[in-house]
Amino acid sequence: MVSAAISFDEKATERRAYQVAASVLDPEIPVLTIEDLGILRDVKIDDDGRAVADLTPTYSGCPAVLAIELAVETALRTAGFDPVINRVISPAWTTDWITDEGRKKLTAYGIAPPVKGENSKRSLFGETVVTCPRCQSSETEKVSEFGSTACKALYRCTSCAEPFDYFKCI
Amino acid sequence: MMPLQSALFQNVTRLADDHLILGHRLSEWCGHAPMLEEDLAMPNIALDLIGQARALYTYAGEVEGKGRDEDQLAYLRLERDYKNLLICERPNGDFAHTMLRQLFFACFMEAYWQEVLTSSDETLRGIAGKAIKETAYHIRHSGEWVIRLGDGTEESTRRTREAFEELTPYLPEFFESDEITKALADENTLPDPASLQQSWLDRITPILSEALLPLPDLAPAQTGGRTGRHTEDMGFLLADLQYLQRTYPGLSW
Repeated sequence: MVSAAISFDEKATERRAYQVAASVLDPEIPVLTIEDLGILRDVKIDDDGRAVADLTPTYSGCPAVLAIELAVETALRTAGFDPVINRVISPAWTTDWITDEGRKKLTAYGIAPPVKGENSKRSLFGETVVTCPRCQSSETEKVSEFGSTACKALYRCTSCAEPFDYFKCI
Repeated sequence: MMPLQSALFQNVTRLADDHLILGHRLSEWCGHAPMLEEDLAMPNIALDLIGQARALYTYAGEVEGKGRDEDQLAYLRLERDYKNLLICERPNGDFAHTMLRQLFFACFMEAYWQEVLTSSDETLRGIAGKAIKETAYHIRHSGEWVIRLGDGTEESTRRTREAFEELTPYLPEFFESDEITKALADENTLPDPASLQQSWLDRITPILSEALLPLPDLAPAQTGGRTGRHTEDMGFLLADLQYLQRTYPGLSW
């Protein structure tokens, strides 16, 4: 069963390529891998033996997109693959794709993770309860809808007075 | 009838121009905003708009098939080749003016992207899927400010009303249709802007009313952007936008 052996090899190679790509860190939030963020969609070995990594940008204008693509390309090349980066915009990335592991890492890093399932909120003054990553109080207030990067908003805890970033929902 | 490929190229370029030019205008606020949070917010919104413009220009270049990329379309065309809405190129004015312009535009784009979500064109559906989420934030942000300023102090109310008077003549241009938009609407590729007026009004009316502003008069007034006839300010904007690529062709960093 030669063909089965080849296909098994291919699967193993694909898995290894995926793991290499998945270990790349986000340049803006370096405690998260791109897998934690849910922006690495897939890695496949195509018919020409190239490793095709499907990446999805968080925001249209996120300046980290190019840096991430370059980092994945470099990581795959260093690991001996012939990389191809494929930018996938549909379906659109949503914060719901951030893994549970990613959410834990965000909190530990001092960034409040996005409230799950809140991405459809459209009301003008829609209030979201954001928990302080430092003291877990829900007595927090929004300082600004836009924070240090496109994906974050600025909040302040009124219990412990800590200002913190909130990873906003889209 | 106009060939569809040409109509698609022209309409996608119009949209890209709207986003690039308004994004450029917003970026002018960087370092000048009334407070630090706004100094972050406006460039953030500008980044979203320019990111959307990049996706649109890239697609326009593919549709055109002459090998032009996003940079060539954004930096190396002449003024009359830009087909953005005039409201996008108007100078920023004061903060109230900028926020009201953003609200007008974002409410229009939300109605527009909503239709594109079910377009027959897969690439455009993808761009719309991302953009509509970002647009919701832009409406919320600018809407909160318009309400706060319109129903604020005597000074903020006066300025918001002045901005309203100054900007309303540019609103009917949102809803203009021509043979390009009609050809694409027939194919369910991109919506005919004329069909979006009601959803725009439905979205913006509660915000304007909370901001103590009247409903705008949408009788045809200032138009010309879609055919490349711009206001005097456009040339100055392009001089700033295109300076580096014109002076050092092919420059990258």
